[in-house]
Amino acid sequence: MNTCTPDARHDHAPRARLTRRQALRRGFLGTTGLLLSDRLAHAAPPVPLKAKAKSVIQVFLWGGMSHTDTWDPKMDAGYDYTGQFKDEIATSVSGIKMGSLFPQLAKQADKYSIIRSMTHRNNGHETAAYLMQTGHLPGERLAYPCIGAIFALLKGYNAGYKGLIPPYVVLTQPQGRFSEAGFLGSRCKPFATGGDPNAGRFEVEGVIARGITDQRQQARRSLLSSLNTFGHSQPAHPELRTAREAEEKAYNLILGEGKEVFDLAKEDAKLRDRYGRHTFGQDCLAARRLVEAGVPYVTINYPGGWDTHSNHFATMNRQCPQLDQGLATLLQDLRSAACWTAPSSGAAASSAAPPRSTGSRPGMAAATTTAMSSRCWSPAAASRAGRLSGPRTPKARRSRSARSIRSTCWARSTILPASTPGPACRTPKAPRRMSCPPPPKRDTKPRAC
Amino acid sequence: MILELTEHVMSATVSVRGTLEMKRGWLPVLLGCMVIGGAAAQSPRATLYEEAKCASPETALDGIVFKSFAKAGVRPMYCTDAVFLRRAYLDVIGTLPTADEARAFLSDTSLNKRRALVERLLERDEFADYWAMKWSDLLRVKAEFPVNLWPNAAQAYHRWLRASIRDNKPYDRFARELLTSNGSNFRVGPVNFYRAIQDRSPEGIATAVALTFMGCRAENWPSNTLAGMSVFFSQVNYKPTREWKEEIVYWDPDKAAAGATQVGELPDRTRITLTPGRDPREVFADWLITPKNQWFTANIVNRIWSWLLGRGIIHEPDDIRSDNPASNPALLLFLRREFARSGCDTKHLFRLILTSRTYQLSSFVAPEKIKLAAPLFAFYPLRQLDAEVLIDAINAITGTSDLYTSAIPEPFTFIPANKPAIALPDGSITSPFLELFGRPARATGLENERVNKPSASQRMHLLNSSHIQRKFETGPNMKRLLDPARKPKETIEELYLSILSRFPTPDEIAAVESYMKSGVAKRNEVGIDLAWALINSDEFLFRH
Repeated sequence: MNTCTPDARHDHAPRARLTRRQALRRGFLGTTGLLLSDRLAHAAPPVPLKAKAKSVIQVFLWGGMSHTDTWDPKMDAGYDYTGQFKDEIATSVSGIKMGSLFPQLAKQADKYSIIRSMTHRNNGHETAAYLMQTGHLPGERLAYPCIGAIFALLKGYNAGYKGLIPPYVVLTQPQGRFSEAGFLGSRCKPFATGGDPNAGRFEVEGVIARGITDQRQQARRSLLSSLNTFGHSQPAHPELRTAREAEEKAYNLILGEGKEVFDLAKEDAKLRDRYGRHTFGQDCLAARRLVEAGVPYVTINYPGGWDTHSNHFATMNRQCPQLDQGLATLLQDLRSAACWTAPSSGAAASSAAPPRSTGSRPGMAAATTTAMSSRCWSPAAASRAGRLSGPRTPKARRSRSARSIRSTCWARSTILPASTPGPACRTPKAPRRMSCPPPPKRDTKPRAC
Repeated sequence: MILELTEHVMSATVSVRGTLEMKRGWLPVLLGCMVIGGAAAQSPRATLYEEAKCASPETALDGIVFKSFAKAGVRPMYCTDAVFLRRAYLDVIGTLPTADEARAFLSDTSLNKRRALVERLLERDEFADYWAMKWSDLLRVKAEFPVNLWPNAAQAYHRWLRASIRDNKPYDRFARELLTSNGSNFRVGPVNFYRAIQDRSPEGIATAVALTFMGCRAENWPSNTLAGMSVFFSQVNYKPTREWKEEIVYWDPDKAAAGATQVGELPDRTRITLTPGRDPREVFADWLITPKNQWFTANIVNRIWSWLLGRGIIHEPDDIRSDNPASNPALLLFLRREFARSGCDTKHLFRLILTSRTYQLSSFVAPEKIKLAAPLFAFYPLRQLDAEVLIDAINAITGTSDLYTSAIPEPFTFIPANKPAIALPDGSITSPFLELFGRPARATGLENERVNKPSASQRMHLLNSSHIQRKFETGPNMKRLLDPARKPKETIEELYLSILSRFPTPDEIAAVESYMKSGVAKRNEVGIDLAWALINSDEFLFRH
């Protein structure tokens, strides 16, 4: 969740000085999406735009991770800008470098694309998150569904998904409006697990309750049924029937075997260690189990968030190794679990005025870095394996919008933009070209932070 | 008399057969006659939820509503005292009656006790809380996203709103203050009406005004109507101050194009030339709030009707247009006249509706008749409780509280533990429970933003989450209710009164006793499981 609004903490300066600085102070957000293919799919020859992905795991870094310290290092900028994270490291793909905080992810760089040209031109966390998740700016009469809710409908219910677990799962805490079902209605809402997968028992809120045996669970159910006097008095009432169906579904999960997917103790302890014995690492493991069970869309909301205006270096030093460990293991594990088999692509881009390091990291105006990974990305597609898009490759100077990320997800998973549900599918305005900011001046003198 | 008997006999037939199909004709009547003394008395529908007499009109309002029943072939029944008690509490103050309140009302034998109850409820503090919550949805009282109202301003806005409702400010003054105020967002609550709009262009403002006060969706209007109306809002301006996040909303005559005369057109097509020196918003507001203005009065009476009876006379209540006619135009006219006559007194309207026989109809209806009977208001429609009302009810029963927080770091996010969710002043202050159970985002101001439809995730949460389970296990009220010194029967009765606001039936007591004997749950767990079952029953979860 949002841990802070930038203005709230820093906006004490007189108004006249605010305009430019305000823009720099605002946060940005980062998203990592992994498109996973059907683990059962045969290794078909890659055909342009052939959609093979079955599920999506989205890692949502609320608050926006500092991209210059991670995916998009700018070592030439000097100490003023890099602070203590002044080293970049080579990756498994020649030509792609990244910040030294991601040693394990660097080794997996051939498995994902880094899009450094991603931007949404908005300074507020909430608005930006809504835009990233729905592809729409807020402000219209309609509340739009986020991408996960659309998957829940088109890859879930409409595609004959029969799993007991809802088709859109959020690990572990929900994000309110920003993982919302909008006009698609409550059945497309995400199911937020709550609980902590790193705890002894992953107590998924509503599915696994503490201290209630299955026998008592059954007995309670029949007690409820015998005491539901009002419901039994008019069983055919449509409202009550909906309630009965919802209850039925709930019990299928509470009493059925579907919940075993959340039992991480079934995994090899060594593998769990590799994911990391922290909430995020085990979130990644749970996500892998969920997509294996056929859940079309899983969002991991990074616990704690990345809105590191203050205490930036300490937070990065604490969280980045966890992100690195969990995500890198997930990439490897998905491959070895045959969730995907083909090489994927790497591309990277950035778009922000250079921040200065002063011990705290000011947010960067509307900058995001997105890493996407998928099996069966066509070599002909825009983001090609091992390629960079963004300022470092002159050929790809166009900035990417949230909408284009969403379209990619759809294209990779048979949901094409043409089938976007909605009462009013407006054609979006053509994205304004945004020229990439000039690289930081080389002659900036280092300054102690 | 004969007719009444027939109807009652039919309901007996229904219960015996275990179906809800209303069978017309002599055979079922005969059948019914045979069983009326036996099974009919046992049926929970007849004993718990419906009074044994057919409804008949009493007030002038009833006369208008009941007229259409005979033609449509529906003959509704009244709800029982227990049903009325619960319904009135939930509808009027969004709060569950306590066990003591329920006991007192049920044992009261005076004839006008329902009327007296309504009067008491209208004066309760929770009335202001609950209806301020409702208005906050429509007026979009929320610190951040999609508009940045900011916490201080959201608080000021809510404070003004709640005070207006508590003092029963005449509705015309209420609307005029919202439309014509000037000043700081932190100090003058109602100016935030102009700030809680995502599109601050004159057209954007006019669209919000049309929705809020005229019940119209301006996107359905011809474009020149909206353009004509937006002229009245073309001189609204905003400016910052030296105080952090403070903003002044004010009338700025300089925004008028120099030299040119501006002509605004009211929605009724009257053209008005704006005079320099007068705030055009005032011109519009003065036109709007005249009691004769049908947009103004139809909107508010229709909304209040739909809030209490689950459906607008014009449905949906914020979609008034000529091709969406009222299901009962005479009723709408009657309410509008009453409203104007009372000097735009909203409480008068509440009283008028709540004490009518129409409001006291049973919620039972044959499924195949729903479509026909709903626009006639021939039954009280079932609706799941609002998210805030539901969690408040559970907390009141168990004696626990929830943690409400806002992601926006401001000093207002400390909420005292005894503050109910209906009194939360700001949509940004929330909890996962409220989000799960359909609290609206306060983004659009549309009534349908609040969705009270049951879902599997909601049921899982109520049936099996540690959040709810912990309340049963550790809540101080639960400890008191489940005191082992009490007799089991007393405990059962007390739980029924606290949760369902009624006494248990012998069948229900027997079911609980057999659960106790089965030995699945330990002694102290039986009470917990009973409370859990009652909270998960339809009778608790739905307004009925």
